Amino acid sequence: MTILPTLDFALTRRRALALGAAAGGLALSPRYAGAVVRLDVTQGNIQPMPIALPDFVGAGQEGEVAHNVTAVITNNLRRSGLFAPIDPAAYVEKIVNPDAVPRFADWRVINAQALVTGRMTRQNDGRLRAEFRLWDVFAGQQLSGQQYFTTPDNWRRVAHIISDAIYERLTGEKGYFDSRIVFVDETGPKQRRIKRLALMDQDGANVRYLTRGDDLVLTPRFNPTTQEITYMSYGQGSPRVYLLNIETGQREIVGNFPGMTFAPRFSPDGQRVIMSLQQGGNSNLFVMDLRSKATTRLTDTAAIDTSPSYSPDGARICFESDRGGSQQIYIMAANGGPAQRISFGQGLYSTPVWSPRGDYIAFTRQANNLFGIGIMKPDGSGERVLTEGFHNEGPTFAPNGRVIMFFRDPGVGPNLFTVDVTGRNEQKVPTPSYASDPAWSPLLS
Amino acid sequence: MMNVRQVIRGARLAAVLVAALAIAACAKNEAENSQGAAGAMAVPGSQQDFLVNVGDRVWFETDSSELSAKSRDTLDKQAQWLQRYNRYTFTIEGHADERGTREYNLALGARRAATVRDYLISRGIAANRMRTISYGKERPVATCDDISCWSQNRRAVTVLDASS
Repeated sequence: MTILPTLDFALTRRRALALGAAAGGLALSPRYAGAVVRLDVTQGNIQPMPIALPDFVGAGQEGEVAHNVTAVITNNLRRSGLFAPIDPAAYVEKIVNPDAVPRFADWRVINAQALVTGRMTRQNDGRLRAEFRLWDVFAGQQLSGQQYFTTPDNWRRVAHIISDAIYERLTGEKGYFDSRIVFVDETGPKQRRIKRLALMDQDGANVRYLTRGDDLVLTPRFNPTTQEITYMSYGQGSPRVYLLNIETGQREIVGNFPGMTFAPRFSPDGQRVIMSLQQGGNSNLFVMDLRSKATTRLTDTAAIDTSPSYSPDGARICFESDRGGSQQIYIMAANGGPAQRISFGQGLYSTPVWSPRGDYIAFTRQANNLFGIGIMKPDGSGERVLTEGFHNEGPTFAPNGRVIMFFRDPGVGPNLFTVDVTGRNEQKVPTPSYASDPAWSPLLS
Repeated sequence: MMNVRQVIRGARLAAVLVAALAIAACAKNEAENSQGAAGAMAVPGSQQDFLVNVGDRVWFETDSSELSAKSRDTLDKQAQWLQRYNRYTFTIEGHADERGTREYNLALGARRAATVRDYLISRGIAANRMRTISYGKERPVATCDDISCWSQNRRAVTVLDASS
């Protein structure tokens, strides 16, 4: 794990805990010896893996934080749809010493395939020490173990990092729990909504407001490399694209354009902002280098070109355009030039977003007065609608590309939801008020 | 200084009177053309005059920025009025209904505002008197979830600058 120098706290990972089966002198039954538990997430229809997560042991005063860390991990794994945490009431063995090898028979009897044990300790220097071990119950062996040191206020992040470690070990894919969402918090009547930029952990915790609601703000996006977001605001007269440093609160207008600028996104290297510039009745795509301030026109049509999104390698851009008469998705090279239409299904296609894995483009589709969220491959094949109704909009990918967040507004006000790229496991994301325009951050660590 | 204050006070009183009369007219008989009744009371050349006797907005079909015959009619009247009272500067606000994605609707609102702007220019109004802004679907006037509301929200509104 790399340490981000811009983060306002220090979170360090120490050695992996080497305990393993050998330390306990376990006699492994040959039947289980080679069969390490593993969840195959490539299948469309996944049977969630039963997993046991007894409360971490809280040394000294740390009982409460130990319980809370366990609860956050349990919630993450359950919400992923890939794991089925077992009701603690069913547990036979009570974990009192997480250094000792658990009694696997006690966990087999309740059908746990995996078991997580851990401990929270306060160090003499005031820091929190978090340890966990992941066990394969049927093979009777430790799959992984780590310990972390951090300041006590970072207990949630530790819980998310441990969640990711468990997810990665058991699925073979990167996790997404140690990540954040920037979104628009909505309050007040529909005619005059108060919209504030807000930030939260991916599970809805730690909500923090970034603007006060004086100005209408829309469509925030994370810089993939720094603590910065770009968004659109009606701050000073004309609506403009802004940059905001999350840590310092410093903000600035991006460029000096003669019309409305909107729909901003960062390039994957975080060095450029691509956006739409409206001139008269037309909107075209421009990109600005944030260091040199040099601006390049990418499209030049008498149409609406907007909602751009870079491919993860930065080589291509997908965007929506009504140049052909209705909103459709197009792809062009990152430096502009001819664009190729990729959406050919029924209805209007908009808000394309390239998956961080590069394998899919998510979109909003309007057809028969319904608004669906779907995915297709970058060549336009393999289209799949994940959810449909009135009114779904604005997909954003989790860092591992397996989960999509979007907002749904049945009329009264919007809320945030997640759904797997398989179309399964739709979940509401808790927010303090109505919420829209979510954007998922990369992994924080 | 005194004079300016008196004028402002007088203008405020007039505005209050107009508002009161408009309410009275509505309350008296809704079937009656209340617009005409209130309009008769509006001071010629006032913002109220523009609102009730000219009409400050035009409406659009779904996903369209084309002006209907009725809209052109309204804009012709706006142009005549704006030529007569040429002290006014104004903003054309473009709006969309909620049945569209946010960013496209921002662009669509801008397209509608630009259509009205171009039309008023073609009717002799100086470009430097007007600016345009799009609110996309962010500022609906009607908030039910059916066709009657959506059609009211697909609009371009000519807003006279208060200071002009």
